[in-house]
Amino acid sequence: MKKLVFGALAAATTAMSPIGAYAQTEIQFWHAFTGRLGELVAAQVDQFNGSQSDYTVVASHKGNYSETLNAGIAAFRAGEQPHVLMVFEVGTATMMAAGGAIKPVYEVMAESGAAFDSDAYIGAVKGYYTTTDGQMLSLPFNSSTPVLWVNRDAMEAAGVDPDTDLSTWQNVDAVLEQLKAGGEDCPLVTAWQSWIHLENFSAYHDVPFATQDNGFAGLDTELALNGEAQVAHLTKMGEWAKDGEFIYTGRRNEGGANFRAGECALFTESSAGYAGIKDEAQFAFDVRPLPYWEGVGNAPQNTIIGGASLWVMQGHEAEEYKGVGEFLSFLSSTPVQAQWHQDTGYLPITVAAGDATKEAGFYEENPGTDIAVIQMTAKEPTANSKGLRLGSFDQIRGIIDEELEGIWAGDKTAQEAMDSAKERGDALLRRFEQANK
Amino acid sequence: MEKRVTFRGWLLPLCLIAPQVIISAVFFFYPAGQAIWQSLFIPDPFGLSMQYVGLGNFEYLLSDKFYRASFVTTGVFSILVTLVSMIPALFLAVMADRLIKGAGVYRTLLIWPYAVAPAVAGVLWLFMFNTRVGVVSWYLGNLGYDWNHVLNGNEAMGLVVVASAWGRISYNFLFFFAALQAVPRSVIEAAAIDGARFWRRFFTIVLPLLSPTTFFLLVVNVVYSFFETFGVIHTITSGGPQQSTTILVYKVFADGFVGQDLGSSSAQSVILLIVVGLLTVLQFKFVEKRVHY
Repeated sequence: MKKLVFGALAAATTAMSPIGAYAQTEIQFWHAFTGRLGELVAAQVDQFNGSQSDYTVVASHKGNYSETLNAGIAAFRAGEQPHVLMVFEVGTATMMAAGGAIKPVYEVMAESGAAFDSDAYIGAVKGYYTTTDGQMLSLPFNSSTPVLWVNRDAMEAAGVDPDTDLSTWQNVDAVLEQLKAGGEDCPLVTAWQSWIHLENFSAYHDVPFATQDNGFAGLDTELALNGEAQVAHLTKMGEWAKDGEFIYTGRRNEGGANFRAGECALFTESSAGYAGIKDEAQFAFDVRPLPYWEGVGNAPQNTIIGGASLWVMQGHEAEEYKGVGEFLSFLSSTPVQAQWHQDTGYLPITVAAGDATKEAGFYEENPGTDIAVIQMTAKEPTANSKGLRLGSFDQIRGIIDEELEGIWAGDKTAQEAMDSAKERGDALLRRFEQANK
Repeated sequence: MEKRVTFRGWLLPLCLIAPQVIISAVFFFYPAGQAIWQSLFIPDPFGLSMQYVGLGNFEYLLSDKFYRASFVTTGVFSILVTLVSMIPALFLAVMADRLIKGAGVYRTLLIWPYAVAPAVAGVLWLFMFNTRVGVVSWYLGNLGYDWNHVLNGNEAMGLVVVASAWGRISYNFLFFFAALQAVPRSVIEAAAIDGARFWRRFFTIVLPLLSPTTFFLLVVNVVYSFFETFGVIHTITSGGPQQSTTILVYKVFADGFVGQDLGSSSAQSVILLIVVGLLTVLQFKFVEKRVHY
């Protein structure tokens, strides 16, 4: 059925393409961005198309992250796959395991002869997308990391000094109590609970989230998120939830609306929340590093990324891959990257783009925008903080969300919830291992 | 005596039933066959390889206590959706049937919600009950009730039931209303002359005469609540909080189209097919006996 629809669509598109387009090699690029980010991607593509005359990149929006990945998979099954597909970090293991469907970026770059130096990329960013021996499989595109957003006005209104040190959860714990006592209804809110309070939490404290180097070393990985450090943190958050100091708003980034409207004092969210908060907030705000528990693990280690990377799909002509190489090389070039970093709040993917941004004085004009970069790059990543590579990770996150809701509702202890998450998640990991034997 | 119209030859009757047979084959038998076939494998998402596992997918599912629990959730959900979509529809139809003036206007207004796609209906209801900006939750807050379907499973269930049933009320209304028109006036008038009041007439005469329609709607609504409600669940709760709104069909969708686990997803749709098939057989066997045509 799907094949038929795709076939029909493909036939219709081919029939409608103007003849002139055949003079240039066309490169299909499927992405998941709308709104401001969509415009910025379109601008990058236009700039690339205008900069040379051999290739035309055609960018298409295919829905949200999950939908884009599904569109790519369905297209591959129908033999209509794009050249370049944007896949969110959660889908990394799925793509990596599909050796016959993808063409690794290092291979594409070597064959195309385009400028490419894998050492130019920031280690903590590219680490997520490279093999254990350092070969880059997909090109990091948009990467962010969680930070703490502070509503200074709300802090003052509750009688708390807005410049209080919030670098550790111990300090935050005390501040939450003061905020509550000062009449604040929503002291702390979060987005992406699993990503921030489990995945990044584990990396930041240098404790494993999963065995086998978080899945990097093999498909026979098992979850380790029911460790002592994680359970202690979630137990504390459960207490905050019970006392009305942590307000749960949903599995995604629903809490952003509460924070931007000025209803909450503290907000743990991606550094890429910058554009939206700057745009909407009618109050003074700060960006602070993500807090850590003093004395737990090796905190602060480094946080890990979220976001998406660009995968090159198999089954196209050598000439087209040459164009893909040129396009990826263009995206990695310093001016393009620096601009992207400054426009979006996403991390720069190359060291040079970060330096260029610093030299341009951007961080001084926009205080706090460099915190994410520092937090990610201050220390050399360890086996626990390089990233996560787990199959069926989208579903595992769903399971984690369910179990966390059990803690927030007071139905389960943190230990019970995480033991259950491990048991259920491991079953999915075993299935993924079997499917990709 | 039964009267039969018979065709001479085979060609014409074959041509006449061909469209129905072809549509069933293309849109039902072929996909159902595919689902049964795929349920025996664990494929990788890209279709590059398939591992034959026999009934392994079914074993995996049925040994999962969360999957078994979702049968109960589905049962509760389906009963509630069926009741919430049929009882108000019947009530509205009876009321609209009594109208002398303006019946057409009411009828049209009552049919409108049926035109709203389930996912859109989900968003509408979600917006009204949004814990932060929702109109209804704001009023509930004023009454001292703290609405929070994000953490309270019963409230989440209530919300997805109402959102799923809302559009169906129109559909059911249409059938009940048409059926009411067919109830012979003379019977009702005779009862009225005998002194039966409105509700007495309704329960002893109208309701039994409506039973074929009620039975039909019962079957159709149960099938609807089993198969077509994942859009509403997806937009409102994504199956949460915890697993309180994870019904079977939502899990088919989530595992197949979000998790790319096509083997498990196919096995689940086969199980769902069997469950609904059994339910329909049961309904015809036991409930239909009480239907007077």
